[in-house]
Amino acid sequence: MLSLTCPCCGITAEETEFAPGGEAHLKRFGPGSSDEAFEGYLFARKNPKGVHFERWRHAYGCGKWFLAARCTATLEVFGTYPAQTTQPPAELIAKIKAKRPEWEGWA
Amino acid sequence: MSEPVSALQGKSHQGFVTVAEAGPTGMITIRGDLAGKPLARALKAQGLPVPEARRIEQVAGRSIAWMNPDELLLICAHDAAPDLTATLAQALAGEHALVANVSDARALFTIRGGKADQVVMKLSPADIASLPMGEIRRTRIAQVAGSFWRSGPEEITLISFRSVAGYVMGLLEVSARPGSELF
Amino acid sequence: MSTRLAKGGRLIDRAKPLNFTFNGKPMRGFAGDTLASALLGAGQVMVGRSFKYHRPRGIVASGAEEPNALVGLGRNARFEPDQRTTTTELFEGAETRSQNHWPSLDFDIGEINDRLYKFFPAGFYYKTFMAPRAAWKHLFEPIIRKSAGLGGVPKEADPDRYEQAYAHCDVLVAGGGVAGLAAALREGRAGKRVWLVEQSAHWGGRTPVDDGQIDGVEAEDWIAAALEELESLANVTMRTRFMAAGLYDHGYVIGYESVADATPGDGRPRHRLWRIRAGLTITATGAIERPLAFAGNDVPGVMLASAVRDYIVNWAVSPGDRTVIVTNNDDAYRTALALLDAGLTVPTIVDAREETHGALPQEVKARGVRVLEGRGIARVLGRSRVTGVEICAQAGEGGAVETIACDCVAMSGGWSPVVHLWSHCGGKLIWDEPRAMFRPDPSRPPTGADGAAMATVAGAANGDLTLAETMAGFGIGACSHDEAALAPVWMMPAGATDALRYKAFLDFQNDVKVSDVQLAAREGYTSVEHTKRYTTLGMATDQGKLSNINGLAVLSDALGQPIPATGTTTFRPPYTPISLGAITGEARGDLFQPLRRTPIQSWHEAQGAHWEPVGHWRRPYCYPRKGESHSDAVGREITNTRKNVGMLDASTLGKIVVKGPDAGRFLDMLYTNMMSTLPVGKCRYGLMCNENGFLMDDGVVARLSEDMWLCHTTSGGADRIHGWMEDWLQCEWWDWKVYVANLTEQFAQIAVVGPKARALLERLGGMDVSKEALPFMHWAEGKLGDFDARIFRISFSGELSYEIAVPASQGLALWETLMAEGEALGVMPYGTEALHVMRAEKGFIMIGDETDGTVIPQDLGLSWAISKKKADFLGKRAQERSHMTDPNRWKLVGLETLDGSVIPDGSHAPAEGYNANGQRNTQGRVTSTYYSPTIGKGIALGLVLNGPDRMGEVIEFTGEGETQIKARIVETCFYDKEGEKQDV
Repeated sequence: MLSLTCPCCGITAEETEFAPGGEAHLKRFGPGSSDEAFEGYLFARKNPKGVHFERWRHAYGCGKWFLAARCTATLEVFGTYPAQTTQPPAELIAKIKAKRPEWEGWA
Repeated sequence: MSEPVSALQGKSHQGFVTVAEAGPTGMITIRGDLAGKPLARALKAQGLPVPEARRIEQVAGRSIAWMNPDELLLICAHDAAPDLTATLAQALAGEHALVANVSDARALFTIRGGKADQVVMKLSPADIASLPMGEIRRTRIAQVAGSFWRSGPEEITLISFRSVAGYVMGLLEVSARPGSELF
Repeated sequence: MSTRLAKGGRLIDRAKPLNFTFNGKPMRGFAGDTLASALLGAGQVMVGRSFKYHRPRGIVASGAEEPNALVGLGRNARFEPDQRTTTTELFEGAETRSQNHWPSLDFDIGEINDRLYKFFPAGFYYKTFMAPRAAWKHLFEPIIRKSAGLGGVPKEADPDRYEQAYAHCDVLVAGGGVAGLAAALREGRAGKRVWLVEQSAHWGGRTPVDDGQIDGVEAEDWIAAALEELESLANVTMRTRFMAAGLYDHGYVIGYESVADATPGDGRPRHRLWRIRAGLTITATGAIERPLAFAGNDVPGVMLASAVRDYIVNWAVSPGDRTVIVTNNDDAYRTALALLDAGLTVPTIVDAREETHGALPQEVKARGVRVLEGRGIARVLGRSRVTGVEICAQAGEGGAVETIACDCVAMSGGWSPVVHLWSHCGGKLIWDEPRAMFRPDPSRPPTGADGAAMATVAGAANGDLTLAETMAGFGIGACSHDEAALAPVWMMPAGATDALRYKAFLDFQNDVKVSDVQLAAREGYTSVEHTKRYTTLGMATDQGKLSNINGLAVLSDALGQPIPATGTTTFRPPYTPISLGAITGEARGDLFQPLRRTPIQSWHEAQGAHWEPVGHWRRPYCYPRKGESHSDAVGREITNTRKNVGMLDASTLGKIVVKGPDAGRFLDMLYTNMMSTLPVGKCRYGLMCNENGFLMDDGVVARLSEDMWLCHTTSGGADRIHGWMEDWLQCEWWDWKVYVANLTEQFAQIAVVGPKARALLERLGGMDVSKEALPFMHWAEGKLGDFDARIFRISFSGELSYEIAVPASQGLALWETLMAEGEALGVMPYGTEALHVMRAEKGFIMIGDETDGTVIPQDLGLSWAISKKKADFLGKRAQERSHMTDPNRWKLVGLETLDGSVIPDGSHAPAEGYNANGQRNTQGRVTSTYYSPTIGKGIALGLVLNGPDRMGEVIEFTGEGETQIKARIVETCFYDKEGEKQDV
């Protein structure tokens, strides 16, 4: 069971306090978008073995959503950060690169 | 108005600590810009500070707790809550803020005794041992949401939603059964 | 014959005798005994029969690794099967029963299986019971179930209590032997929050049984001093009878504590499951001695060498008068010394090695014990008790060179570190060739949240088998006898004949022999995981603690590959079985799951309501009166509501306040229809879809002020929709100025419904609730009688209807007031079933009935509630997809049965032909179906192909069994089509 730190309230808690929300940084496509773009938004998910960015909500705690960078294979958590962003913080990307030189990077 | 009825009407139970529902308690949710002056002014007029992150401050029989980066919980006398809600809402009129009386949406419990921590240890994954005085912890109590803080030297106060108050009281009673002390 | 020695026994208190029974026979032991030591002390060597061949079995070990000596413990509700006697503490009045036999332990019909062993090889069941299929269920399985299996299942509810607790620490030390004590001292002195846990009732591990000095003093004295210091450290928590059962992600450790096993019924929780979050786990879990694989190594009286000396030293129990020791290492010679010190006879030590020059063999030889080198045991003599051994050359095929009479055999095949905890969450092992063991690979530990090691290993668990090596890991000097190298022995003798291999057991609990593993290899099971499943090697309650290494060594040999190439099977938690009660904890009975109660719940209970679960709520389904069936009650409640006035507890409805400058814009995105244009004071019914376009919730929205709306959701949807709103506000439109608050539980809400509803409210006085002051689809605030109320004029039944919200603390009082005032008007409460029928009579949809996650509002004739003006709302893009605009989607219609009967729930309307899977084509299905007392016949709502274009057409639905029910397609509204009644 994971242990995560909520960046909104600063609490480190076990996974049962959180609710998972799937892949982070999805771009919403609404009316007027192409079928391909809409399909990608609604259904296409990365599901990597390795570094992944995902959404979590501190459901039993402060109630806030946040984002986490985590390795899906080793479960290492590289960092968590507020949800109000369209891309991971640069320093977090640099930290992951340093730990995982083979990582292809955030895209 | 009829006499207000709390979820469990002050039910209490004596185990290795005493657990009790506190009866009607006033609670007001305040959402807004916690760093902004309007909120600070509105609270100051009531003699209340804006608590720092995760803090709960007790002032003259009332408490004000930091619930998340844009939400506070004010705890007061039950009969004072409607007017206080209206006063705060008025003070914040024109600001982007939400003030709501949630007194009846919650149940408040106290756990009193030297081993009060142990009751919480059986129910919550939060690390009660490292919870300092003056800090509120929002977490899980068995299968429901709950918050607690140290409200006295040997006292923990716990809040749950009203509808599950019976469940929470059951948990507290079972966890406080004599002979089941952890240490 | 095993017996209690007159002197010694470091763990027993002879002043405290304890009575117990074994198969009804009274026996006596002492405080400090385990069931195993007490049984042996009472002369009971044979304690059970084996799983498959029903061979007599005795106690092999002295700890958690015991495979044989499982008993049924207790009686009636407190009966529990498969209790490991070696780790169960004796208590006064313990009742024990042996397992796996019929009719008795000494005479067992099933023993015939052992004579037929050649017919029961590995994979026997797979190979034999293939056909016919029916025979498996009716013939083979019942017989196999009767003859195989471990203990029986208790038939009554468990009367004991169990609980769970959470703990947090910097360091968890698993294992209270000298390594664990040293680790806890080091970490405790450094000021860390330390938990030190030991699965048995005693500290010190097996060092006190063996010899040695630590830090210049006798080991026992060092242990006592260490305990004293640890107890003085406030930051160190120490627990015995506490097993670290498993290590999981991010330092999560499951601890299993036996609290009251030895004091049944004393009111304390029997077991406690600890959920520990540890920064670092130090596994100081020791090592387990390996048996040797020779013919008859399972005969009662054959034991691990370490267990033999444990029984002598710890419990003053002699396993036998004449003990032959068979070994491939020096450590087993300690057993000879213990036996000799106790005045017992060691006729011979059989050592598989060619030379024995170590300090321990020298000391034993000096005391006059004969040591045979390069020898092994060909086979054990005796059936229910060892009577002797045949000695052979270890290098040969098993030809006996000598027979030695004895009543006990102490065997040692070397030691295997207990690597379970290390391995549970990904720690890797390396093969230590000189010591013939797998041990943790320090370069590949299990890693935690930060990517760093979350476990380290100390002592014998690390392969540091001698006291000096263990303590050197902590920079502490220690000494004991030097030990010469062992010689790996995986089969005894090395060239054992088929006949011997058929009786050389690897896995005692599952009756797996050397011959079975070799057969599996010959049949192509080259993976150790496959061999495990084919032969059952390493399964069941002991999970192969004794058998795994020997088994995979035999498999490696059969495959002609080195042992590390074969690898180990996966180590899975828990280390030893834990009780289901502990896993359940407090979640039983009333606390099984939270039940949500409305402020009016006690009134419903007092009325004897019949309940319907809605999420975690229990809502009254109906209020049956004396002599009434549930359907009678529902019919009465509907008729009374339509004729007089009814009351519904609607407190469970979601009530979410949405406020802010952007609240209108936000709600326009959330709902399919326009909410920003709703005037203050009015209500509007709204639909919410997910981004896939499917309808997910509905409810009435009231505009409370210029920048504040109140959204009602379904009872089951309140928390979900609140979370949904927060998700969009926090993660997508975080710059929009909107705050939401879930006020569902702040208010009790009561629906007062029926032609006399206004009259009832007017009896309370206060607010003007006339049509003019409070028209349909409006709301108002004020005093209703004594109550501060907000009243919504909305209707889910088609009747004149008011929904009155008051603070929850006033809910019961308002309900009772309305009930009292309404008596003269004929008021009755109604439940959710009446609610459902009345809304179906009006053709109103119900989320979860008409919707199932694949239905869009357009399917339900709700296009009127979908804004054409809005550029965007959640689900809009999805609803533009070709499949969603397909004119052939099934659409909602009303259905009226021709014969007045009720179409069964879930019925489909068959169509001509069959689909590609050979299934009957369908053209529709029923979504809601009821008997309508208002119409006087069965009505239904259903989704039908081109339904709205087929008004008046009669189609058939599947009824009970083969019957078909004819129904006419009609409009969805069955009652008051013009809506006159609700708008009066």
